[in-house]
Amino acid sequence: MTSDLTQLDRDLINRLQEDLPLTNRPFAEIGAEFGVSEQDVIERIKQLKADGILTRFGPFFDAKELGGAFCLCAMAVPKKRFDEVLTQVNAHAEVAHNYERTHRLNMWFVLATESEAGIADTAEAIERETGLNVLLFPKEREFFIGFKVAA
Amino acid sequence: MTLHPTDRAIVEATQAGLPLVPAPFEAVADRLGISETELLDRLDRLKKQGVIRRIGAAPNHYKLGLVSNGMTVWDVEDAVVDQLGEIVGALPYVTHSYRRPRALPEWPYNLFAMVHGQNRDEVLEKQKEIAAILGTACRANDILYSTRILKKTGLRLRRKDG
Repeated sequence: MTSDLTQLDRDLINRLQEDLPLTNRPFAEIGAEFGVSEQDVIERIKQLKADGILTRFGPFFDAKELGGAFCLCAMAVPKKRFDEVLTQVNAHAEVAHNYERTHRLNMWFVLATESEAGIADTAEAIERETGLNVLLFPKEREFFIGFKVAA
Repeated sequence: MTLHPTDRAIVEATQAGLPLVPAPFEAVADRLGISETELLDRLDRLKKQGVIRRIGAAPNHYKLGLVSNGMTVWDVEDAVVDQLGEIVGALPYVTHSYRRPRALPEWPYNLFAMVHGQNRDEVLEKQKEIAAILGTACRANDILYSTRILKKTGLRLRRKDG
């Protein structure tokens, strides 16, 4: 947990949520910002990844810009049928993430398909199989992309 | 949009992460058989196009003690939702914020903001702060906590055949 993190770890976690410089020796530049060596930066990142504190280090792509379509969907699943419906929904490879949430709309998932038509097709297939409505909440606008978790 | 084949190769080579070596871009360029300069130029262009959002790290919220996350949802007047959404999205504890269509009558909310905190009380405090920012432009709101991850597959670019 957080108590084991050194100040350098915290500085790096915060700094690495911003952009890495596009240069030959980016870790040396980041090290210079905090007065530590390039090797220290690399070793700390490796350790933070090994500890699962950083899940990934690299470019973050805008999935939509890469082609394909995405849509947040929600369903109100009766408690008694939850496991059955979950199996039916998750069986679709297009279901990328699925979360149970505290609401009458208790199942929230993201569909990822090759085309916009694929979203409607998959949602309709799920409705057919489950007999339940699938509400579609496509992203109309995204506000300020921040990855700002203060360590 | 269609990616240039070299850009696509860059995406495929880096989507699992960058190598943790002193010259990571040089290492990737070598692997792709292009110069480091070309790679950096292409990465820079992909960033400007919005294909790459940033190059950095993603922290695990849970490991940082932020074990509570609430999806706060708001019914905000259409005329001001974008303007207010920008303010909400820029709050330090809001990691994602979107405008989405309502699904009336069941779902009146058009602004979504994911709030992370150390516990539900902290998330509720932040919900109150957002409510104060939205003021009278907001007619109703709710908060949905995730209680279980039912599926999580990383988004991956599929390899193009042929």
